[in-house]
Amino acid sequence: MAIDMRQFHQTFFEESLEGLAVMETELLRLEKTTDSSDGRAGVATNPEILNTIFRAVHSIKGGSSTFGFGDVANFSHVLESRLDVLRDGRCMPDRPVVGLLLLAVDCLRSLIVAAKTGKETDRKTIDAVRDQLHELAQRETTPPTPGACPASTLVPACWRIVFRPSRQIFFSGNDPLRILRELAALGEVKIAVDISTLPSWELFNPEECYLAWTIDFAGRVTREALAEVFSWVMDDCDLDIVPSASMTPSLSITPRAIAEAVANVDAHAGSIRVSVPKVDALINMVGELVITQSMLSQLASHFTLESLPKLFIGLAQLERNTRELQESVMHIRMLPLSFAFNRLPRLVHDMSQKIGKKVEIIISGEQTEIDKTMIEGIIDPLLHLARNCLDHGIEPPAERRAAGKPETGLIELKAYQKGGNVVIEIRDDGRGLDYKRIHAKAIQRSLVAADAKLTREEIAELIFVPGFSTAETVSDISGRGVGMDVVRNNIHGLGGNVEITSEDGRGTRFLVRLPLTLAILDGLSVQVGAHTYILPLVCIVESVRVHPEQVSHPAGGGELYGLRKEYLPLIRLYELFGVEPRSTDLTQGILVVVEIDGRKAGLYVDDLLGQQQVVIKSLQTNYRRVEGISAATILGDGTVSMILDVAGLVRMAHAGSIRGDVAVHQRAPTDVGRSAGSPTIN
Amino acid sequence: MATILTVDDTASMRQMISFTLNSVGHEVLQAADGREALSILQNKKVDLVITDVNMPNMDGITFVKSLRELIDYKFTPILMLTTESQDAKRQQGKTVGATGWIVKPFNPEQLLNVVKKVLG
Repeated sequence: MAIDMRQFHQTFFEESLEGLAVMETELLRLEKTTDSSDGRAGVATNPEILNTIFRAVHSIKGGSSTFGFGDVANFSHVLESRLDVLRDGRCMPDRPVVGLLLLAVDCLRSLIVAAKTGKETDRKTIDAVRDQLHELAQRETTPPTPGACPASTLVPACWRIVFRPSRQIFFSGNDPLRILRELAALGEVKIAVDISTLPSWELFNPEECYLAWTIDFAGRVTREALAEVFSWVMDDCDLDIVPSASMTPSLSITPRAIAEAVANVDAHAGSIRVSVPKVDALINMVGELVITQSMLSQLASHFTLESLPKLFIGLAQLERNTRELQESVMHIRMLPLSFAFNRLPRLVHDMSQKIGKKVEIIISGEQTEIDKTMIEGIIDPLLHLARNCLDHGIEPPAERRAAGKPETGLIELKAYQKGGNVVIEIRDDGRGLDYKRIHAKAIQRSLVAADAKLTREEIAELIFVPGFSTAETVSDISGRGVGMDVVRNNIHGLGGNVEITSEDGRGTRFLVRLPLTLAILDGLSVQVGAHTYILPLVCIVESVRVHPEQVSHPAGGGELYGLRKEYLPLIRLYELFGVEPRSTDLTQGILVVVEIDGRKAGLYVDDLLGQQQVVIKSLQTNYRRVEGISAATILGDGTVSMILDVAGLVRMAHAGSIRGDVAVHQRAPTDVGRSAGSPTIN
Repeated sequence: MATILTVDDTASMRQMISFTLNSVGHEVLQAADGREALSILQNKKVDLVITDVNMPNMDGITFVKSLRELIDYKFTPILMLTTESQDAKRQQGKTVGATGWIVKPFNPEQLLNVVKKVLG
């Protein structure tokens, strides 16, 4: 029987890695309960934690040995036996022990990843952790479990077996006949049945066993092998196995060997596990679609003018079916954010110990679902934001005490859905942004003009500017060569944005907004000349008719539009993309006000065409990166339309630097009057 | 061919077992824990149950015990999946009525042999 075990590997890897994530979470919980009590009590009140951890290791061990990953199996075995020590209460899960177990989780993860990718792992670390695990066991007073008895080297040729099952044997689902058949498969048998205990018919109970057997067995088989046949019923019977003929020396049976087939697994073959209700919903939709389709084709084959209303009804139904189907399909790709959030408690645990701060993390809304690719993309930015809270936000215990706050800092991670977006909030209760220092630093780095007067919001925005870092010493925590600008870029890459707000002494809050999916976009189609462009609906604030007297021309070039005491850079899209417009007269077109990351701009277009959902096609993979354009899509009539990169456009409009932005805000009011005679205004 | 229920919280194990048993023509039902298994067995009679021991919601021991209390499953063979080190679990399993056990790790051939042996 050749069954290719490789087909189960992907599932094994996935569930093992999930299992490790669970272990990590539970270990951290365990440490918490241990901290808050005297250790033993914590475990006693929470045996379920240890059981969950144990189950995860046990599953990995079982799977890895079955699927032939020896390294993983060995390591998980060592880990499992250590957990046994904990479970039996022979050892307390104090901080060092949990720390070691967390390390072991890391090792196991790297071994599984190594098995998945076929790459080598860091043997030294793994061996070191394994040694430590061994030591941990030796610290306890438990004797090692004795190994299996050495197999007999003498195998007689004939045996006499007396088998007297208990009356209750059937109740365990066992059947003596089955055992006799199995014996017969091993060698030659002569069986005699003993019916002496058979009662009279009126006392006979068909559910009980009254028979016994004597078997003369011929065949060179060890006693162990014969006993193995009876192993399931050993406690349910009287059994005698005695050699019945002369003993002849022979070699012992080799232990069963498990083939170690290390297969080359495709590391990139990602798969999604989909819950049954989601699939059911999908099948349901397809069913309805089929009904609508047949209705329409029937209508078409006998079409008369009278059936026109019916046709419209059919088309409306088709539209509804398609939309529902689309939603269901998108749902398949949705995963709860907990996949990303689960990484944070460990980070907080490790890091707070390293930098000597006390920090607790509270997670809520982790069941909020979001596109799978989004989960992968958001992990790094989230880790970075959390690191920032830990490193810059939360104060050391002494400072917190002096400020009258509890020593233990708090990081709150929250997710919820709002409109077509998923919002993730990371909030700390630390000291808040040091506006003075940020400002000073920005001046020092010549990111802003020395005399520029900035609002608090503008100063806060500075931390997202490339080349900005306020950490006095570059720690190995926040200062990993990755700045907040990269965080913002990554989030933009996901079609989202990030904002920061802060209160002195009360803490800092990051607000990350992400679209539900990367595959479909709610857009507003706008016309510029003969072309149609798509603007992401999330970025649009409003659309206004242009009043020429509100357009101004600052000295640095460009145009500004004064809208309710605000001055927005005005971008003529036709100029930017080199398109022939319907009219260059601003009053003939419409100004679409867009906002991203708290910055606004006005985009001048010929006309608004309508709101629609578009399927996003990557421009980068099909063509190349284009400034100001994030992707393309195909419209209903088959033409290709570009999706505008609002973040990029706004950045361009603000001249790529805060200084330009600031200058704009400073000078704008005085410019209003001067612009009146501008040639662009009729 | 027989109808067999496999109960295990690890999907890869369930897949492996059901694929192996399917390959020789058995019908295989799957459950992720004892509770789910019991609800499946409410409506369906199976010839053999293969269950893991460590599972969330309802572990293998409790499951076997509950199953044996059902009239339909008084004599049905129930096999437990255990590892070499789980002697105590094996005994517990026997006490509540398990027929026997399969020691993990096992390969498809071993599984088929045991199933053949049990189903006769």
